[in-house]
Amino acid sequence: MSVDMSSGDLLHVVTADDISTGRRAFGRGIVWLSAAVLGLVAVLQVLQVTGQADFGFRNWRPTLYAFVLWAACLCWAQVLLYGEHGKRTLFVLPAALFVVSLTVFPLLFGLLIAFSSWNLSSPDGRQFNGLANLRQMWTDPFYWNALGNMVWYVLAILPEYAIAFGLALLLNAQIRARKFFRIAFLLPLMLSPVAVSWMIGKSMMEVRFGPLATLARRLGWENPSFFGSPEIARATIMVMDAWTFIPFMMIMLLAGLQAIPKELTEAARVDGATGWKSFWEVTFPLMLPVSVTAILIRIIFKLKLADIVINVTSGGPGGATDTVTSFIFREYRDRSNVGYGTLLAMVYLVIIVVFMTVLMKLAGRWARPRT
Amino acid sequence: MTEAARLSPDQIFRDGGADLAHRAKWWTGRFAIYAVLLLWTLIALFPIYWTLTTSFKMAPNVMKGDLIPWVDFQPKWLGWKSLGLSPDTIGSESTVREQFLRRFANSAIIALSSSTLAVILGSLAAYGLSRFSYRFAWMKNDDISFFFLSQLILPPVVLALPFLVLYKELALLDSRIGLILLYTLTVLPIVIWIMRDQFASIPTELEEAALVDGLSIWGAFLTIILPIALPGMVAAFILSLVLTWNEYFFAALLTSTHANTLPVMVASQTGSQGISWWSMAALSTAAIMPLILIGILLEKYIIKGMAAGAVK
Repeated sequence: MSVDMSSGDLLHVVTADDISTGRRAFGRGIVWLSAAVLGLVAVLQVLQVTGQADFGFRNWRPTLYAFVLWAACLCWAQVLLYGEHGKRTLFVLPAALFVVSLTVFPLLFGLLIAFSSWNLSSPDGRQFNGLANLRQMWTDPFYWNALGNMVWYVLAILPEYAIAFGLALLLNAQIRARKFFRIAFLLPLMLSPVAVSWMIGKSMMEVRFGPLATLARRLGWENPSFFGSPEIARATIMVMDAWTFIPFMMIMLLAGLQAIPKELTEAARVDGATGWKSFWEVTFPLMLPVSVTAILIRIIFKLKLADIVINVTSGGPGGATDTVTSFIFREYRDRSNVGYGTLLAMVYLVIIVVFMTVLMKLAGRWARPRT
Repeated sequence: MTEAARLSPDQIFRDGGADLAHRAKWWTGRFAIYAVLLLWTLIALFPIYWTLTTSFKMAPNVMKGDLIPWVDFQPKWLGWKSLGLSPDTIGSESTVREQFLRRFANSAIIALSSSTLAVILGSLAAYGLSRFSYRFAWMKNDDISFFFLSQLILPPVVLALPFLVLYKELALLDSRIGLILLYTLTVLPIVIWIMRDQFASIPTELEEAALVDGLSIWGAFLTIILPIALPGMVAAFILSLVLTWNEYFFAALLTSTHANTLPVMVASQTGSQGISWWSMAALSTAAIMPLILIGILLEKYIIKGMAAGAVK
């Protein structure tokens, strides 16, 4: 997919750049000057925060503006300094600067917060407390419980995948009104999880009047409470999340099915493979790479699951439906301690990165088509 | 073919038991396929139907579990009246409507601007990465691509609290611009994913010809490549729009009164006790309607966007 390094530029451009020394000096000048401005403003603001001087800053906006100025100068200087080559850098540089300044800096800052006790509503401000947060996490049963729940939530992807695959096969079959069915199947994905929380979790599953509760009663479940026991509550959250996200996997799988050359399935039919056999021996192996991609992306989205849990059960009963995100959200809402919450999030990030790296390595090994 | 074979006269006499069995099997197969399709259509659409109809119900209708308007119950504007959006209240002053419209506008502004920003930044980066080889420090093209795409893994909760503190210091808390920046960040990897695919499918000969004709790289990109890549950009834009319009977590943490988005409003109403179903249903309907319309009208692009990268 991406550019192979050995082939060099895909687009060969021959340019004779004639960059004068004056232009070069100007280019260097604006970068260094704007960097100096940024440094100066930052130092002044730090001085004010530490109480050694007062320049009348009301917030850190001046530093932000100085940073934006520096970033703009850096981009401009690319063209000034490197001419045509600089113009190529300009394609990637804005996005790279944007992402770096919005993730790397907050992450580093987050590391600092993670090892402090910082209650935003108290006037004490941030206090470094070493490994106390880590120790607290170690003995926090609710955090481990939330991590355990995440395992269940991720495992729930397998049935979702099976259903999505089935629907994709149906949509790929010879049917009429294909477009209607495709749109109908797609619509749940368009809905906001918060709206779904009310539409399904709070109204359709409402014990007295909800249509799902009525249906359950008619099917013989005497007292349908969808959030009563831990197992059922967790399963209900899984079902609601699956309902919104099955279309996502379905469409990726459908794209994969449509990319399978017709000759292959025809050939299999001529060889006498029909139905199940043709599916398991031809379609499924060919679909393996797409399946792995779809499942991996689905796992990434699943690990962010929170909105539905926050709005339907707030983690209950007894933390049975808690996800890591919803737990940290509540932890912050209830105690407004950003330090502990950030540490929990950081640990979660480490776990996710390790887990996803291992998974992607394994997937890379499995996903090679076995044809 | 089977149709023709069945109708041709010499086939009639051979319509033996085996053929009939085969046809019966074919028909049951058809029947099963459509039964499952219709069942899933019901599963997918019923909650939307339920919400839409409930917004026109009154208390007794809700309690009796009426389902079909004009048959089971007579539609009333009760739910929409509580939002100030029913025909008889639309002309008069309404604080609730003002509140709702402000949140709606916030959602629209934030979703549209962040999607636009993400599509611009992401398309440029994806184009650069698909055409030139870069070297930033130790990072080459593949590493840079991976760096961008790996942002997808980053769970929002990791960034949420640091951003809360940073935005507080920067006076960006409860501001639209703060949410726009964050949302752009969250959808950027998806845009790059889609656009990389899109640009890779455009042959470089096009730009080479344009460069020979005297256009600069940026000129060739803007006048030749962008129009061709437009469907991909629309797909990326709409997918971003869906994600940013529905985003709740950051909005709940980082906004309070001014920059509230619709999901935050829906969530706060869900939590409050005693809120009536019809007004909640009207609010939910209003919140999901824009995206349902987009889903119906622009389904082609959404599918294109999600299928990108699935098939190599």
